[in-house]
Amino acid sequence: MATPTLDKVEDAKPAEAPSPYIMVTFRIRRFNPEVSAEASWEDFPVEIDPKERVLDALHKIKWDVDGTLTFRRSCAHGICGSDAMRINGRNRLACKTLIKDINPEKPITVEPIKGLTVLKDLVVDMEPFFQAYRDVMPFLITKDTNEPTRERLQTAEDRERFDDTTKCILCAACTSSCPVFWNDGQYFGPAAIVNAHRFIFDSRDEAGEQRLEILNDKDGVWRCRTTFNCTDACPRGIEVTKAIQEVKRALITRRY
Amino acid sequence: MKIHKYDTVIVGAGGAGMRAAIEATKRSRTAVLTKLYPTRSHTGAAQGGMAAALANVEEDNWEWHTFDTVKGGDYLVDQDAAEILAKEAIDSVLDLEKMGLPFNRTPNGTIDQRRFGGHSRNHGEAPVRRSCYAADRTGHMILQTLYQNCVKEGVEFFNEFYVLDQLITEVDGVKHSAGVVAYELATGEIHVFQAKAVIYASGGCGKFFKVTSNAHTLTGDGQAAVYRRGLPLEDMEFFQFHPTGIWRMGILLTEGARGEGGILRNKDGERFMEKYAPVMKDLASRDVVSRSIYTEIREGRGCGPEGDHVFLDLTHLPPEQLDAKLPDITEFARTYLGIEPYTDPIPIQPTAHYAMGGIPTNVEGEVLLDNTTVVPGLYAAGEVACVSVHGANRLGTNSLLDINVFGRRAGIAAAEYSAKKATHVELPENPASLVVEQIERMRDSTGTESVSVLRRELQETMDANVMVFRTEQTIKTAVEKIAELRERYKNVSVQDKGKRFNTDLLEAVELGNLLDLAEVMAVSALARKESRGGHYREDYPNRDDVNFMRHTMAYREVGDDGTESIRLDYKPVVQTRYQPMERKY
Repeated sequence: MATPTLDKVEDAKPAEAPSPYIMVTFRIRRFNPEVSAEASWEDFPVEIDPKERVLDALHKIKWDVDGTLTFRRSCAHGICGSDAMRINGRNRLACKTLIKDINPEKPITVEPIKGLTVLKDLVVDMEPFFQAYRDVMPFLITKDTNEPTRERLQTAEDRERFDDTTKCILCAACTSSCPVFWNDGQYFGPAAIVNAHRFIFDSRDEAGEQRLEILNDKDGVWRCRTTFNCTDACPRGIEVTKAIQEVKRALITRRY
Repeated sequence: MKIHKYDTVIVGAGGAGMRAAIEATKRSRTAVLTKLYPTRSHTGAAQGGMAAALANVEEDNWEWHTFDTVKGGDYLVDQDAAEILAKEAIDSVLDLEKMGLPFNRTPNGTIDQRRFGGHSRNHGEAPVRRSCYAADRTGHMILQTLYQNCVKEGVEFFNEFYVLDQLITEVDGVKHSAGVVAYELATGEIHVFQAKAVIYASGGCGKFFKVTSNAHTLTGDGQAAVYRRGLPLEDMEFFQFHPTGIWRMGILLTEGARGEGGILRNKDGERFMEKYAPVMKDLASRDVVSRSIYTEIREGRGCGPEGDHVFLDLTHLPPEQLDAKLPDITEFARTYLGIEPYTDPIPIQPTAHYAMGGIPTNVEGEVLLDNTTVVPGLYAAGEVACVSVHGANRLGTNSLLDINVFGRRAGIAAAEYSAKKATHVELPENPASLVVEQIERMRDSTGTESVSVLRRELQETMDANVMVFRTEQTIKTAVEKIAELRERYKNVSVQDKGKRFNTDLLEAVELGNLLDLAEVMAVSALARKESRGGHYREDYPNRDDVNFMRHTMAYREVGDDGTESIRLDYKPVVQTRYQPMERKY
């Protein structure tokens, strides 16, 4: 006496109610070194409501068809940053991409993000990404000898100055969309620079010079070729390229 | 199998775990084991704010905050703990600011504050501005700020390590924590972490519901690990249903939307909360608002062709205000519903949100073995724990507060315990045997049941039977269904038989945790024949302070023949200043 599932309820409706479901093919890049040293494409036809997310389709495949399909996910609404992947050739969060928005008429390709070692299916090694983040000293540094008893004061304008870069969820969509990063894994990459920006332009922080020197390195901001891939890829709408340009300008003018 | 030795081990890297880690790392050799990369934790999904009586924008004080917390929890709150929560709130917010958290600011540069449900001036006179916030991504900012400070302090993380078992060793007849057993996702390897002190900060278990604001990963792993070792779980029948989840999807839309002036409306456009809560209206406590929404729906005033939701109306608020104060939730409406909140109301329904119950602790975060005895070396903080500061219903913004106040306390207490304890407690013989057996059985099983089918059936029965409204009949239906699912669970198998990143296997393990906890919840709810806070029994619609002003303590019992059962006991509520009163908003 199982409670009917939502899918079954939909199926049981009289024929005049048009089914919202369509058939969509998901062409997924598979890789499992326990099975084969080579990656390959695999097609999965999925019956799905186009208003659902790509993540929902991946779950349908994993839960109902092939349990070995492997990907990271957690919150499922674009906050945790787990499920950045390359969908139809563009970096997106699977949980923030609705199927209707990416032309379900043709097969939808899903691949791991580029520039980081693929470990299994859509899972990549995130360690180099987080190492670059840690290298820019992503924490508030102050030289207060007498820390205030209450909060530090900050004007609403000063707070607004770095608002955009506080939105970063470290999903790596930007960094792994950057052609410079693909060609040279030593480049800090957009996400690390965004997180440096968040502190450089915070009026409370006093280590801007140190961070600028880190980013003045040969693998720092000057590697950026302003292709705007990162800005296009950011699921949080951060103007990533602009932030990188502001850091470059601060390096020249030493004003921030 | 690898064996590691640390002073302090923290399980979980959300707000509570990282707040604890910052303290523990300064005082002892500490490892943080987390099933997700720290910044993936669900603290990051919290939106509206963190309560503290800073009085930056209007008169306020911690005593009013304590009262609101006690009243909000329908008097099941331990009042000594609530007082600590409200008092230490102020320093907790200031600490975060000093760590770098970019709070929104007032015109004079101090931390801005806004209204939130159930928070009032002078014991219920009117709403008060107590929530400190950073747009509608306060949880994101707390998670990022704590992670940043963990980087600064050099906290040692073991990312994508799933803790599957709690080790307990008896020393002179007293049960001590000896460490934990973890499964490394990347390799499938089993690790034993021997530690003088263990802190659970592994979050909630909302994934046993279908419509929920919780992440896929919130499967009650910490609660299940200690419960299976014979330790009690407290007040598990109390689960919070947040009034404003996105219709059918359950994605959270912050109460801050109503704090900024948003209004709930039924199909006639009526502001129905005026009927149910004449003073606080849309900002009554969450249990009250969720019941009111379902009452409207049941009485035929719901919206849409199926009348199964109501509207959150923000259309009267200036677009600039929405952009500045509620940018994320307005974007959720656009992304997931295709709705423009400037001009159209947003369809919402209550969504399973927060476990008030959990692993019982005292105010130092020490885990309890029974009503009074602590387990030396074992600590818990955050949603996994039950202090109890939330009682029968948590106030909005008190959870981001809880993780900071009690995460810090547990981190200090555990590390000080580790520091003064000369040697580790010995590991039990074959410490990893239970986990190895569990993993191998699951991987080798040729059973015919599927994890996703069982999970779906569990979620559907929980939504249908133990959600906002409950009766003896519905709860019994749930108990029977869960028993059936637990039986069928013995026959599940997984398709992925590999070692690397076997998330198929871990979903099966997580389902086992959800089934255990769902059973505790339903059995605890069946025995509580009254209505209080988030636990509403239509067959017992009133609060019964004579018989039920007490915490539920649920223990797993295993008979000589191996049969499992749940034994319920009760623990008195700590009352200090406030006598129970009728709760009106």
